[in-house]
Amino acid sequence: MTLTSTPPAHTPAPTEPAAPTVPTPSAPSATDLAALAARHGLTASGARPSLPAYTRLLWGRRHFVTAFATARLTAQYSRARLGQLWQIMTPLLNAAVYYFIFGVLLRTKDDIADFVPFLVTGVFVWTFTSSTVLAGTRALTGNLALVRALHFPRASLPVAYAVQQLQQLLFSMAALAVILCCFGQFPRPSWLLALPALALQSLFNTGLALIMARLASRTPDIAQLMPFVLRTWMYVSGVMWSVGHVLRSDRVPHLVAVALQCNPAAVYIDLMRFALIDSFTAARLPPHVWLVATGWALLTGVGGFIYFWQAEETYGRG
Amino acid sequence: MAEKSDAPTPTVIADDIHITYKVQSGGRTREVHAVKGVTFVAHKGEAIGLIGSNGSGKSTLLKAVAGLLPPARGHLYTQGQPSLLGVNAALMNDLTGERNVVLGGLAMGLSHRQVRERYQQIVDFSGVDDKGDFITLPMRTYSSGMAARLRFSIAAAKSHDVLMIDEALATGDAAFQRRSKARIAELRAEAGTVFLVSHNYRTVTETCDRALWLEAGTLRMDGPAKDVVAAYEAHTKPKK
Repeated sequence: MTLTSTPPAHTPAPTEPAAPTVPTPSAPSATDLAALAARHGLTASGARPSLPAYTRLLWGRRHFVTAFATARLTAQYSRARLGQLWQIMTPLLNAAVYYFIFGVLLRTKDDIADFVPFLVTGVFVWTFTSSTVLAGTRALTGNLALVRALHFPRASLPVAYAVQQLQQLLFSMAALAVILCCFGQFPRPSWLLALPALALQSLFNTGLALIMARLASRTPDIAQLMPFVLRTWMYVSGVMWSVGHVLRSDRVPHLVAVALQCNPAAVYIDLMRFALIDSFTAARLPPHVWLVATGWALLTGVGGFIYFWQAEETYGRG
Repeated sequence: MAEKSDAPTPTVIADDIHITYKVQSGGRTREVHAVKGVTFVAHKGEAIGLIGSNGSGKSTLLKAVAGLLPPARGHLYTQGQPSLLGVNAALMNDLTGERNVVLGGLAMGLSHRQVRERYQQIVDFSGVDDKGDFITLPMRTYSSGMAARLRFSIAAAKSHDVLMIDEALATGDAAFQRRSKARIAELRAEAGTVFLVSHNYRTVTETCDRALWLEAGTLRMDGPAKDVVAAYEAHTKPKK
């Protein structure tokens, strides 16, 4: 026997003879239903899990996260004739364009030692952060159908997008290794420092992706604004010029100098240059650079995760 | 209320739920009130059909029960985690059927091992490989019926406490429809409760023993499937 609970007001007898609605034992009131739910151990649907439980759920979905990231990466070039070869051709072509403009046409290379490795490293490391931020803004808004169809911790999506960008960067790093060798920078032990630098930057980027995903899910307009924010950020991060060079002149106020040196993008770029390029010595690194890099990574990574989790139950709504 | 011992166990309790959508149109944000105060109790072992005209709030109600669209007002209690039978959104047309089976399985929450174990079963059930080695081709090369069959097969590879099916029965050719009907019956046996949204009223009367009739976001009628479908058909019949 089923409980019929249509309020009488909502059953205006259709023009036909009233259909035999199942007789209602007693119209259940709200308190009855709550009690019934409690008695049978039913729980409220769609409630947000606690932070530790959420973290465990996300960990449980790690295979989905990596499969989703790899699937997106693969799908990207699946219609191209050369297919996955583009994974490595795209960064190489990018580097060639930058070399042509900044190295050949503008002759910036005369000011900075090992200019091409300096430039290409900067561009690749910067692209990792900027494309992760952009991807983050689309992680939820671009997957609303998925969010509305299946259950999984929503953080899986921005994290998967960040993982996809990391995979893309690994291809770029392979291209970079080739370029470095072409310009006389051969593998040496300090290249291993690239690993912790990359790990810290990945954590930082993932945090940013989570933050951007939440912001953009509430205000989709952020996606329109981000290219401008990112371009500004790029110009102050010393991608194509050396922050150290500029700071050596005394024209820069102290506060601005500190801000430029603590800029996380600049920090991760300089760490990578320090690891890979001979002439980029420790003297050219800002003070306490590893500490700053770790601080940004932890603050943004952990903070971004908590910030994203706080709105978990609202994603996909409206 | 009947004695607890012989009373059926409730699996879903909807208590006066209202669901609103926010829709961005131009610069304005409009709120659409899709479900307006629906109350019902679903029990273990029931198969419930949801009927009503387009836009009456059927799919929205299912999504709310699945916990995917939180109700704006009212309370919703469920046993375990109700799931929608549907995996379409997780699949990527540019990838091979092979990879989509894995991706879809993982998206539904299967473990790597479970996906491996069920892989062959999913592919065989879909019949995608019946006419050659299609599973290793990108899904965009499939005919629409073939893609629908593979999607259904992936989605039906997992059993659930409370299962919700949104118009999934009408896919594929006659042979596949027979197979999927049998699989739905199996899922129904494994699941505690099944909800089914369909415009095919024969399907509703055949598979469901109870039906809810939604009209403009309100519950118009709740009762045995045959009676509700009959009333709905009488209501929608063009008047002479």
